[in-house]
Amino acid sequence: MFFALDPLPPANLLAARDQMAVTLGFHIILACLGVAFPTILLIANWRAIRHDDADALRLARRWTRIIAVTFAVGAVSGTILSFEMGLLWPGLMGRFGAAYGIPFAIEGIFFFLEAIFIAIYIYGWDRLSPWLHFLSGIPIAVAGFGGTFSVVTANAWMNQPAGFTLGADGQVTDVQPLGVIFNNATWYEAGHMFLAAYMVTGFLLASTYAVGRLRGRMDRYTRLGFLIPFTVAAIATPLQIGMGDIAARAVFTDQPAKFAAMELVQTTGPNQPVVLGGILVNGEVVGGLKIPGLDSLLAGFNTNTVIQGLDSVPIADQPPVDIVHLAWDTMLSAGFALLALAAWFGLTWLRRRELPTSRWFYRFAAAAGVVAVVALEAGWIVTEVGRQPWVVYGLLRTTDAVTRAPGTLVSFVVVLFVYVGLGTATLLVLRAMSRQGGDETARGDDPYGPSQ
Amino acid sequence: MISQADLVAAVLWLGVTIYAVFGGADFGAGLWDLLAGDAQRGEQPRDLIDASIGPVWEANHTWLIFDLVILWSAFPLAFASLMSTLYIPLTLAAFGIILRGAGFAFRKYTRRLAARRAFGATFALSSVITPFFLGAALGGIASGRVPAGNAAGDPWTSWINPTSLLVGVLAVAAGAHVAAVFLVAAARRRHDVELERYFRTRALAMGIVAGGLALAGIAVLHGDAPALSSGLTGRALPLVIASVLLGSASLVLLARGAGRGIRVVAAGAVTAIVWGWGVAQLPAILPGSLTIDAAAAPAGTLDALIVISAVAAVTIGPSLALLFFLDGRSRLEARH
Repeated sequence: MFFALDPLPPANLLAARDQMAVTLGFHIILACLGVAFPTILLIANWRAIRHDDADALRLARRWTRIIAVTFAVGAVSGTILSFEMGLLWPGLMGRFGAAYGIPFAIEGIFFFLEAIFIAIYIYGWDRLSPWLHFLSGIPIAVAGFGGTFSVVTANAWMNQPAGFTLGADGQVTDVQPLGVIFNNATWYEAGHMFLAAYMVTGFLLASTYAVGRLRGRMDRYTRLGFLIPFTVAAIATPLQIGMGDIAARAVFTDQPAKFAAMELVQTTGPNQPVVLGGILVNGEVVGGLKIPGLDSLLAGFNTNTVIQGLDSVPIADQPPVDIVHLAWDTMLSAGFALLALAAWFGLTWLRRRELPTSRWFYRFAAAAGVVAVVALEAGWIVTEVGRQPWVVYGLLRTTDAVTRAPGTLVSFVVVLFVYVGLGTATLLVLRAMSRQGGDETARGDDPYGPSQ
Repeated sequence: MISQADLVAAVLWLGVTIYAVFGGADFGAGLWDLLAGDAQRGEQPRDLIDASIGPVWEANHTWLIFDLVILWSAFPLAFASLMSTLYIPLTLAAFGIILRGAGFAFRKYTRRLAARRAFGATFALSSVITPFFLGAALGGIASGRVPAGNAAGDPWTSWINPTSLLVGVLAVAAGAHVAAVFLVAAARRRHDVELERYFRTRALAMGIVAGGLALAGIAVLHGDAPALSSGLTGRALPLVIASVLLGSASLVLLARGAGRGIRVVAAGAVTAIVWGWGVAQLPAILPGSLTIDAAAAPAGTLDALIVISAVAAVTIGPSLALLFFLDGRSRLEARH
């Protein structure tokens, strides 16, 4: 009854995918802030109490206010995604919700704890003793970790579905929850996303203080505001490159079509080159820089490693190759640029125990936040577009998952307007807040004293 | 004999109830914000509303997410069917949710009056439309207008019908009533006699409106949703009577100027009617097309959800209690 699908209204698939891309692409930035910002804030908070550091205290207070805004927007933009699971993809949820839904149920607990303790932390500033207040922030960071793990588990499951049996009618008949959760892709996807959250948040936050330094604010407050998040991001970056390497090799094994699209591999065989840039025109690679043998070497530690090309994948099962490849190259370029910046910072710090003084360093650092977001979005495109035409890899096509209801295009257009407005308002509010001056709250300025 | 599916359905219904009471009250507070008048006249009530829902609305809102994830994991067919048929009111509710949350948070951290006004209006207006559309969607389910399938029902009449209109308006009114009752209690904690009277009047008025709507609802359901109607006057009658008694008690207590008990009584009235509806449509999850058992996921999923719910109870329960405790205490301290 359920799977006898009506004909697909025209434009539904594209509109639904675009709507999902816009809302998820928006939410993923806020999700990163939700995961990593509390940890960075707690570092400042810890410094403030442990070393009686007034500048760190001002930073912690200010960052709390920013988190209050970004968390609220993230909470509601995440809710929209929950709605869209059914509004846009009833075919996915109706058939696989019993398996695919489980990680989300776990994520629900983590998100709940995050929401509760963020509220306690925000409102605890003037009301709890300093250490107790600091402790109330720890569950936020832990919940951020658990939440990332469980929600990325769900995405990993779409790439490597496991932990269930399909009946003759295509219905899920038996579910092994642990098999769903610990699927093939869980570890590398969750690790990659978790580090991405720390990179994005660290670089974004540091970039605002880099701008401050470029504008001549050389005080200790600005220096510390730069140093704490940038250090976190600089530590996460090399780990992320390593993690990404592991993930790419896993995709090579787990999802050959996605890997072939990422690396623009046409013909199955050994000694495959890495192609930097370039697109496919009539099955030929046009443009781009080829590095012979490197792709095989990276995938199997040997230039003789055979890599499956797109010629082994039926046209109907191929992802949009150029998008995946260019997104992949974009992510790598951004990642390595950030690695270079982190190395500059790290080497200077090791040699002189001081921040770099070159204005160029701060110019790059000012751009690093946006670059990290670009890497994040590009990586997400590689994962999601690279899985196409499947929504559940090898089992359910996106076409069969999408809603049969008319009007998805209208919904997408309205979503687009709402999100442009929401994004603009978020940025304007954050900018206005940053101009209100650093430390004071609406109530008073005695940090740990009674509020009135 | 209670099956695993029934148990998970009960957990889901508990989540729906908590969201209806606390989430509903947060939306209701938005309605009072909307009606509080210009910036000068409305300053005091808005300040109380802000302080009351500020620390807790995100946690309360999270019950909705909890309900959605339990629903789609435990009863995937029901979730897919109702979301795809009722996509118009639910898309509008989703917009309302995002604008409400963002508007509220933005207003709190904005100082310019014009911007505060715009964000405040966004928050307040979306606080009214969201429970209406959520209620209208529930009305479509309750009156048996959502068949199983990918967008198998009528996209318009599934939510534009007498039952949907009734439940939508009732959701707004009941939320506003509970919100005003909560705000009476909050004003009492501040020892603010004037604000207490302000919200007491409104709680009473909205309680009468909600009661009147519920009475009118009897006739509406009798004509529009006979199956639900016979369930409510049959198996679920004790719960319906409990709701009437609790609702009346809430009005009496309000009129007599009583204090603490009013919150429990008002929340009880909402709880009783939510469970009354659930019991009335048993064993259906989508009346007319899908039972709880037929929609249920395989045993492995249900077991996992029972474990997850138990973990949620022991982790979220105490954490929420701590939040509400600190919230109640700190406001007391902040004012004195």
